[in-house]
Amino acid sequence: MNWLTIKEKLGKKSAGIAGAGGLGSNCAAALVRVGIGRLVICDFDIVEESNLNRQFYFHDQIGLAKTEALKTNLLRINPKVIIESHRIRLTSDNIPELFHEVDVLFEAFDHADQKVMIIESALTVWPERPLIIGSGMAGFGDSNSIHLRTVGNLYICGDEISEVAQELPPLAARVGIVANMMANTGIEILLKK
Amino acid sequence: MDIQLNNNPDQLPGDSLSIREILTIKNFTFPNLVVKINGQLVRKPQYDSALVRHGDVVEIIHLISGG
Repeated sequence: MNWLTIKEKLGKKSAGIAGAGGLGSNCAAALVRVGIGRLVICDFDIVEESNLNRQFYFHDQIGLAKTEALKTNLLRINPKVIIESHRIRLTSDNIPELFHEVDVLFEAFDHADQKVMIIESALTVWPERPLIIGSGMAGFGDSNSIHLRTVGNLYICGDEISEVAQELPPLAARVGIVANMMANTGIEILLKK
Repeated sequence: MDIQLNNNPDQLPGDSLSIREILTIKNFTFPNLVVKINGQLVRKPQYDSALVRHGDVVEIIHLISGG
């Protein structure tokens, strides 16, 4: 499939991004670069200096809402992409409405209990829709342990082992592998549809 | 009984086991799990009542913080 065809096909597709941190911001950037037509991005947080070791933000954006900063950055890549951003804390109550009209959904939360919440919500509301999640990406090195595991319509990207801790921080390179693996998986699904 | 657990064949004692019993037997101690039996989601409050039987396909996915 050539680049023009890819761009044309993806231009008609939409994706939901639940969380605009290390996974969500970098996954969104990859999707926009390859031509996704519409993104729905939800996050409640603001950009902090500690985020800059992995998240797709800039030093002069510290203090801005992540949804606002990410929209700005993504529109700088492609001014034609439609970005619907919501500064909101996602819950099992608002997820069905916010991500009602997307072709694939990306889980890009930080905390494991929140990952469980969105996976259970999404699989209940949309049993057939592809759900791509990130699990296990802290630290550095050991690239070969990062994998894709498919369970029905649930796509798990990560090493499924490395939990963030004081001595195992999340860092751009390894988080970026998982974020791009998530985007890559979504692109593959969307282009096959 | 023989089941498929996380894509691998597994042999467990008895004719049926609850998800809670399987977690104990397999020593799965991660707190944040997504569980499916034959593709059906099993939420935490059902871990004691949801039963796994011979031939079932079980997925126990543990979620890890970081993102």
